[in-house]
Amino acid sequence: MRKKLWISLALLFVIPGLLFTVSCAKKTVKEDTAVQEQQAEEDARIQAREAEQMERQRRMEEERLQEQEAARLRMMAAEERFLSEDIHFEFDSSNLLPEAQEILRWKAAWLQNNQNIQVTIEGHCDERGTNEYNLALGDRRANSAKSYLMDLGIYGSRVSTISYGEERPADHGSNEAAWAKNRRAHFTIE
Amino acid sequence: MTKSQITNHSHARYKSPGVLQMGWVMAVLRLKTVFLITIVSIIIAPAVCRAEYDYIDITNPFLRKIPIAVPVFKNTSPNKTAAQAERQASDLLADTLEFTGYFKMLDREAFLVDPQSDAIYSVVNFHNWTGIGAELLVTGQILVIDNLVEMELRLYDTFKEKLLVGKRYNGWLKDQRKMVRRFCSEVIFFLTGNRGFFDSEFAFVSTGSGNKEVYICDFDGYNPRQVTDTKSITISPAWSSDGKWIAYTSYVNGNPDLYIKNLKEKRGVVIAKKGINTTPSWVPGKFELAATLSFSGDQEIYLLTGTGKIIKRLTYTWGIDISPTWSPDGKKMAFVSKRSGAPQIYIKNIKSGQAERLTFVGHYNTQPSWSPKGDKIVYAGMAKGRNNIWVIGVDGDDPVQLTQNEGDNESPTWSPDGSLIAFSSTREGPSRIYVMTAYGTDQRRLLTLPGKQTEPKWSPIIINK
Repeated sequence: MRKKLWISLALLFVIPGLLFTVSCAKKTVKEDTAVQEQQAEEDARIQAREAEQMERQRRMEEERLQEQEAARLRMMAAEERFLSEDIHFEFDSSNLLPEAQEILRWKAAWLQNNQNIQVTIEGHCDERGTNEYNLALGDRRANSAKSYLMDLGIYGSRVSTISYGEERPADHGSNEAAWAKNRRAHFTIE
Repeated sequence: MTKSQITNHSHARYKSPGVLQMGWVMAVLRLKTVFLITIVSIIIAPAVCRAEYDYIDITNPFLRKIPIAVPVFKNTSPNKTAAQAERQASDLLADTLEFTGYFKMLDREAFLVDPQSDAIYSVVNFHNWTGIGAELLVTGQILVIDNLVEMELRLYDTFKEKLLVGKRYNGWLKDQRKMVRRFCSEVIFFLTGNRGFFDSEFAFVSTGSGNKEVYICDFDGYNPRQVTDTKSITISPAWSSDGKWIAYTSYVNGNPDLYIKNLKEKRGVVIAKKGINTTPSWVPGKFELAATLSFSGDQEIYLLTGTGKIIKRLTYTWGIDISPTWSPDGKKMAFVSKRSGAPQIYIKNIKSGQAERLTFVGHYNTQPSWSPKGDKIVYAGMAKGRNNIWVIGVDGDDPVQLTQNEGDNESPTWSPDGSLIAFSSTREGPSRIYVMTAYGTDQRRLLTLPGKQTEPKWSPIIINK
C-alpha cells in the first residue's frame, strides 16, 4: 500500500513536471516563431531596400551603358562618315573644290579626336583618260588631300597615300554620273 | 632568168621529181641528239645578194596591195593521213603574208591549176597566174613522214617569170608554223628590204583570270600565255630592246611598284619607292630604262639601270611627267607632261636637257610611242571624251588621226619594222587588241580572250627565242 502511495506521489510530481516541461517547451517554440517572423520582416525590408538599391544601380548602370552605347554609336557613325565620305574632283584636276575642303576640315577634326588612328588616302580617276596618266593623276589627288590635312595640323606620318588610277572605279557605268563618282579620294583606316 | 632556167634549176634539185630528200635530216632527228634545232634551210634560188626593194616601198602611204596567189601546197607524203598538212601550211602562209597589209590575197576558187598536179610545181605555167591577175605566186611542196616534215617553198614574180625566193625546211611537224614564218620573213625581206616582224611578240594586259595580268602572244595573236600571276593589278608592260627583259607595274605588294624581270631566267628586281613606280621604257640597245617615280611628291621621269638603281633624274618640272618613249638612237625622249596645264607630248633632248612641246591639237594627248624609223610618234589624243590614235612627225608636222568613230582607241605601239601599229579599242564592246597599217588602213582584231585586253606592247625582233 505504502509502495502504491509512493508511486502515486511520484506520479503526482512527475506528471505535472512532465506537463510543465511540455508546456514550457511549447512556450519556447511560440517565442521562436515570433522572433523569426520579426527577423523575416526585417530581412524582407533589407532585401527590399537592397533590391531597390540594386534596381537603382541597375538603372544607373543601364543608363550609363545606354549612354556609352550611344557614344559608341556616335563614334561609329563618325568613323563611318569618315570612311564613307569621299571627296570629288573635276576632270583632269587634283585641285580641292570648296565642298572637298569642307569634308577635309571635318575629317581633320575627327582625326584630332582620334589620335591613335592611321589613315590611307586612295586617289582614283574616271575611265576617260588613259590609264598611265591617270595613275599619276590619282597620285596627285591623294597627295593634295593629304597636304590639306597636314595644313590643318594632322601629322603627315599618320597619313599614307596610294593611287589606283582608273583601276578601281566605284561605279562601273560609262556616264557623267559614274565618272563624277569615280573622280575621288577615298579614305581607309589602317 | 628565163623560165627554162628556173625549171632546169628545179629539176636539178630533185632526183625523182615530186619526192623531197629527207634522208640525212631524218637520220639526225631520229638520233634524238638534237632537241630544239629543227629547221634547216637550204637556199634553192641562186643567191639573191641584194633584195629588190622596188616591189614594196613601205614609206608610201598610198601603197597598192600586190595581188598574190598562194595555192594549196602539193602534198607528196606517202601516207595520206598527213593530208591536212598541206592545207594548214598553205593557209598559214597566206594568213601570215596577208597580216602585213602588203598583199591582196587572190581567191583560190579562181585558180586555173589543180594544186596537186605537177603543173603547179615542177613546171610553172605563169600564164595561168598572170591570167587571173596574180603578180606574185607562192608555191609549196610538203612531205610528212611520221612527225617529221620537209617543206619547199618558192616565191615567183609571175610577170617577169622569175623565181625570187626559194627555201627548203626540214624539222618536226609541230614546228611547221616556224618554217612558214621563216619563209614569210624571207619573202618580206626580199620585197621590202626590211626584216618584218615575224619573229616578234606582243606583251599585253588581260583580265581573263579575274585580275589584270601580263600576257604574251606571237605577233599574229597565236599562242597567248599568262606570264605574271600576281592576283593583283598588273599593268604597263615594256620590252627591253633585246626582248629578254620585261618591266611592269604591279600592286602585288600593295603599292604600284616597278618590276624588272628576265623572261627566261625568272629573276629580276623591284623598285618599290613611296608613291607610283610606273611607265617603264627601255633605252634602245642598253640595259637601262626610263620610268616615272613619285617618291619626291611629284611625278618625275628618272633614268634607271636594269638592276633598278637611279642613274639620274630626267625631268624637273612641277606637275605630272609620265610615259617616256625613246628615239631609236636613244638621244631623245618623248613623254607626257602637264606643265602647260593639260597633258601634252614633249620631246626632250637628253644631252642639252631642252624639252619642246610636240602636240598642239587637242587638250589631252598621252601614250606616245616613237616609231622604229625615228620619224614619227604615235599617240592617243582625246576629243569629245573619246580617245583616238594619232600620228605626228617628230618635227610636229601634220598630226593625222588614224582611228575614228569606233569606241575608245588607246595604247598605240609600233611593229618592229614600223609598218604596222597595234592598239586597244572598245569598238566591239570590251577592250580588245587591234592591228592596222602605219597609215591607219586594214584595221582588224588581233585576238579575243576572256576578259578585257589592253596595253599592247609590240616586242622588238626576238632572235634565239
